[in-house]
Amino acid sequence: MNARIAYIASNTFREAVRDRVLYNLIAFALLLSAAAVLVAQISIGIERLVVVNLGLTAVTLFGIVIAIFIGIGLVSKEIEKRTLYTVLSRPVRRWEFIVGKFFGLAGTLVVNTFFMAIGVFGALFYVAHKFTATDAYILVALYFIILEFLIICSLSLLFSSFSTPLLAAIFAFALFIIGSFADDLRGFAALSHGITRWFATAAAYLVPNFSALNVISAVAHQQSVGAQLILQNTLYALFYSTMALSGAVLIFERRNLK
Amino acid sequence: MTARGRTTAFAAATLVVSMAASVLLLRHIDEMRPKGNIEDVLYLSSPKVIKHASLGFNGLMACIYWTRAVQYFGHRHFEHRGSYKELAPLLEITTALDPQLVPAYEFGASFLAPAPPSGAGEPKRAIELMEYGIRQNPENWRLYYDLAFVYYTELKDYKHAGEAFERGSRVPNAHPFMKLLAAQMQEHAGDFQTARLLWQSTYESSQQKEVKDNALEHLRCIKVDEDVMHLQSAATAFQKRTGRPPSTMWELITAMGLHGIPVDPDGNPYVMTVDGRIQVQNPDNFSFITQGLPVGYKRSERPKFHVNP
Repeated sequence: MNARIAYIASNTFREAVRDRVLYNLIAFALLLSAAAVLVAQISIGIERLVVVNLGLTAVTLFGIVIAIFIGIGLVSKEIEKRTLYTVLSRPVRRWEFIVGKFFGLAGTLVVNTFFMAIGVFGALFYVAHKFTATDAYILVALYFIILEFLIICSLSLLFSSFSTPLLAAIFAFALFIIGSFADDLRGFAALSHGITRWFATAAAYLVPNFSALNVISAVAHQQSVGAQLILQNTLYALFYSTMALSGAVLIFERRNLK
Repeated sequence: MTARGRTTAFAAATLVVSMAASVLLLRHIDEMRPKGNIEDVLYLSSPKVIKHASLGFNGLMACIYWTRAVQYFGHRHFEHRGSYKELAPLLEITTALDPQLVPAYEFGASFLAPAPPSGAGEPKRAIELMEYGIRQNPENWRLYYDLAFVYYTELKDYKHAGEAFERGSRVPNAHPFMKLLAAQMQEHAGDFQTARLLWQSTYESSQQKEVKDNALEHLRCIKVDEDVMHLQSAATAFQKRTGRPPSTMWELITAMGLHGIPVDPDGNPYVMTVDGRIQVQNPDNFSFITQGLPVGYKRSERPKFHVNP
């Protein structure tokens, strides 16, 4: 990573912290503490499952919301405040600006996820009174969640590079929901015929497949995740993010900023 | 106090008072409004729809539905209501969302199977639930054990109970008592000894506090039933021999060659009525006894929450 990208990334991270993005950790901590204490009183036999399921689902949803709402404003806010012109008047290329913003947002989410992970493991220790070797699988689920964030960050940047913040947020949320149904879309494509099948298959491969990255239920039941799946998901998320980021760069490079 | 401080104090006081007032008012409004039958409404009853609507977070949704099922059952159980018509759908949704959620099968079957007021009185649906659980988790021997328990305790179907124990005993790492119980079902299904073995094995093999407590309570009650039957048959034999019932407990135990009056698990001596019937002193302390109850006895309390294994 060149120095300019690193500088833009660190500024993006600092800006997110200044915007009190990390305050969501308080809500997360309250949610998990309440779940850990209350669930034993209102349910039976699922204390550990609730902590893992609720913890990882909350990590995902909080992160997705942050990725979208920060991501869509990264470009438009700079244009609105006219700070983008100051940045681009220096020896900074437009693509460096986009990539720097991406790494800054991704870094924010990684730090956020790190603290949330501490919360999840803390709550787990509270309900189970010990850690087992299979708890390490939760780290894999957290890693997959970070991969989801990379995809969403890049998509938010892509949409914000050509659209208004509101529309970009709608597009990104819609893609997150469609991506969660990616397996069903593929099943629908398999059942269709003719041109419908062609379009459905194309759509199924074009939308991000978030269902493949969701192993929360499996790790909650202490089931392992295969090394091959980890590798393939990593490559998939990297390629998909690169694709969306390239699209964002292409559009932003040609955008008239006057 | 500065003007700013006064404003802050006033705003804070107004906030607290308004919040308290709104809570109190809402409580009054709730009392005024007719209570809807909201507990019996499942807005979405299709497990497939709910699974899709959960956006892949099936595990969390399953936990929420399982908690709903527990709350639904517990609430109605304590209020002594006989109808549990949404219990089975709630359990079906829970297990469809997360087929590996073993507590939903184990406890769910014990909510469904027993006759009201202890349960929903739907042993067939409990068996369907357990069979579904076994298909989803064929390596979990405890599910076969629980299935056998439903056959044994609710249906008195010792043949199928034995088959379920037998199927479970073939699962790798199954507890050795599964084979023993399968054999016991064929020969001594209705014995106290078999019942004691079942509850003893439940107590020893379970990690759940609720299950252990329940097993312990059943073991206490089996002891009472056994003691009362033993004393009662001695009293009957005494009457046959002498032509009259024993006049006191001491007369009976002397005839039996005992040195003291037998006591129940709480340490209270058994008592004898004037017509020679053996009874426990505090029947309310034994939730599951079938012997030693006073004539026309009805439990004074609401039923205690005890689940099967």
